Amino acid sequence: MKITPILKAAALASVFALSMAHAAQAVTLNTANGGEPGSLDPHKVAGDWENRIVGDYLEGLMAEDKQGNPVPGQAESYTVSDDGLVYTFKLRPGITWTDGVPVTAQDFEFAFKRLFDPKEANEYAYLQYPIKNSAKIAAGEITDFNELGVKALDDTTLEITLEASTPFFLQALTHYTAYPVPKHSIEKFGTDWTKVENIVANGPFKIVEWIPGSFIRSVRNDSYYDAANVKIDEVTYNVTEDLAASLNRYRAGEFDIMTDFPADQYELIKEQLPGQAHVVPFLGIYYYAMNQEKPEFQDVRVRQALTMAINRDVIGPDVLGTGELPAYGWVPLGTPNYEGEAYMPEWASLPYEEKVAKAAALMAEAGYTPENPLKIQLRYNTNDNHQRIAVAIGAMWKPIGVEIELFNAETAVHYDALRAGDFQIGRAGWLMDYPDASNMLDLLKTGVENNFGSFSNAEYDDLMVKASSELDLVKRAELMHQAEKIAMDAFAAIPIYWYVSKNVVSPKVTGFEDNAKDVHRHRWMTKSE
Amino acid sequence: MIGYAIRRVFSALPIALIAVTVCFFILRAAPGGPFDGERALPEVILKNLMAHYNLDKPIWEQYVLYVWGLLHGDLGPSMVTNDFTVAEIIAIGMPFTLRLGFSAFIIATVVGVIGGMITAVYQNKWPDYLLIGMLVIGIIIPNFLMAALFQLVFGVYLKWLPAGGFVNGSIWHMVMPVTILVLPQAARISRLMRGSMIEVLGTNYVRTARSKGLGARLVLARHAIKPALIPVVSYLGPALAFLLTGSLVVEQIFGLPGMGKYFITGALNRDYGLVLGTTILFVCIILVLNLLVDVVYAWLDPRVRYR
Repeated sequence: MKITPILKAAALASVFALSMAHAAQAVTLNTANGGEPGSLDPHKVAGDWENRIVGDYLEGLMAEDKQGNPVPGQAESYTVSDDGLVYTFKLRPGITWTDGVPVTAQDFEFAFKRLFDPKEANEYAYLQYPIKNSAKIAAGEITDFNELGVKALDDTTLEITLEASTPFFLQALTHYTAYPVPKHSIEKFGTDWTKVENIVANGPFKIVEWIPGSFIRSVRNDSYYDAANVKIDEVTYNVTEDLAASLNRYRAGEFDIMTDFPADQYELIKEQLPGQAHVVPFLGIYYYAMNQEKPEFQDVRVRQALTMAINRDVIGPDVLGTGELPAYGWVPLGTPNYEGEAYMPEWASLPYEEKVAKAAALMAEAGYTPENPLKIQLRYNTNDNHQRIAVAIGAMWKPIGVEIELFNAETAVHYDALRAGDFQIGRAGWLMDYPDASNMLDLLKTGVENNFGSFSNAEYDDLMVKASSELDLVKRAELMHQAEKIAMDAFAAIPIYWYVSKNVVSPKVTGFEDNAKDVHRHRWMTKSE
Repeated sequence: MIGYAIRRVFSALPIALIAVTVCFFILRAAPGGPFDGERALPEVILKNLMAHYNLDKPIWEQYVLYVWGLLHGDLGPSMVTNDFTVAEIIAIGMPFTLRLGFSAFIIATVVGVIGGMITAVYQNKWPDYLLIGMLVIGIIIPNFLMAALFQLVFGVYLKWLPAGGFVNGSIWHMVMPVTILVLPQAARISRLMRGSMIEVLGTNYVRTARSKGLGARLVLARHAIKPALIPVVSYLGPALAFLLTGSLVVEQIFGLPGMGKYFITGALNRDYGLVLGTTILFVCIILVLNLLVDVVYAWLDPRVRYR
């Protein structure tokens, strides 16, 4: 009779002990991940906050190492034909989805066909346009999907044929648009395949919970081929739209990694959390587009004066407070396959007073003085930092005879206006989709939709065409350097600063390596208590 | 009374339809669309997207299609959040918003009414000054600042409460968000209560009750509270509506899965389906609340009669 309560207590104690032991073992990495993901479908997502989640549960032919460089992922090895057009991938043996179904070359073929399917209307499909006939299929010009340059030769061999030799193709394959999707699951569930209860993974983690507005949770995928080396048991990707609040939660110990922080708190972070802020150059540019359809900006003297009169040295450290690096060229530092000296105009080294004097002289030549200023509306999308920069630059332009009217609008309206050419000077930014100079330089080609300022130069366009078919990487880089110089010497747009990535990483976390792509896959990290 | 309530419910339907119609056309008239982002989409893809969401059809046809879907209980897809339909987003966010909003509402009402009574009874004495001082602070400090202060004090320094996050069923994670929501509302309610209570305490019937020799508590409970509540009740409808729709800041700061956020981000992203869906929902809630307020009025004030 008396034994029951004792047994009960013992059972309870052991359950408690077990759960304690379990809690002690499980390593959970909590990240402040930014926005709410729009989707978990690799063909539907577009943001870096989505990339961090999707890239944990799916893996492409190529994966990223700690530095963000391509390394074999689901493919064990690959060969490239001599002309650089045909890539043949051999998949790893025994790889499976989390439901036990093998990952096959057919899954990849299916994924690429789905990516380019016009009916799917995938925003980012164009990133894989180097693949043969992909653009035509996406445009509906070719309706036979078998003409796509992606073929499963057997279950484990995939052949990809390109339109032209593309030196950054392996980089492009690390992008989420090149991830496989589970054919069997999509055929069964349709668009519901990404619902948490249906989703399957082939990457290092698998998604187990999604509370919209709060967090997504993944746990380690034990069927992943490299699972033995994945040290994190569980990752939470927390939705953190308010950066100041996110920092408070980091300081309260609720996050291990913050993927962004409020710039005005940089000093405080450096002081109170020494060594935890990681601010490094990142592959992207912040710039102003000058609408060259308008007569005032067809005058190169005006474009030159506006470009020269900006004191870039104060923008990063003082206006923003995060030490963004001044930009004078168009292609970010550290872009792979772009050896050679970075573009730097001669005037860049002049003292600021001389730059202003030269700019004022140019404006005077063009007929504008502080008494008779050029009136410009400066548009930006509503954001504190954009506003601070606009105000600062407006003040820098005033002495050379420019009067600024600030106009801000929410993002959708802003870019609508830029695209419609309904602006004089507009703030814009570009984060590279894949680390190759052509991704930046294509923005200034004639007739490209993201060429907001409508810069047009035949010689430039010509060089870019030549570069795109050049197999020799060194020669290709040379051609693109020439193109960059032409555009920048013609003041095609006003480069302002190179973006920096702003992470805060707890000292408990190891395996987080700074890199220009700002890609840090959680499979490489460890966390100590 | 019941007939009145039924009539009110039916008369709300055209109001809801008007709200939907106005909202539908205002949204379309606003510049920019759901697919205008930092990057231009290739024309074909944009065309496909537009076709997918029926956005390529003439606007009146889109409207008819939407209302037709609505009548069949279909709120349509969200154009920005791919993995959830509008109905699913509401199904996930609404229970939480209701829980957060109603907890804050009940606490704010109780605290506000009691606080208002105390300040009225002890008018111009120290409990009055003390509470008024706290009320002023509750009203003037904006919620984002208050939330940040709470996070710092109770989350970072004292470590008494989690600084944010959502754990299903955890009351500790709700304490800070609810308190932030309660403070300004409790302050407003108690200010209203104080004013009307002071007025009621000065009326002839209260003086009569006192002169009959009734105790102070009895006078308060039997004669003063009910009439003093009337202005408070007329404020409760809008207060609850505000607590349910205006929790955006609190949701974002604490990382909570509520609806307030979708209301704002939906509009900013030109996510037509989501904005319409949440608008309809909140229109319905507000209509029901107004109805409830009217009913409570009749109970509080016998002079109010319904025909």
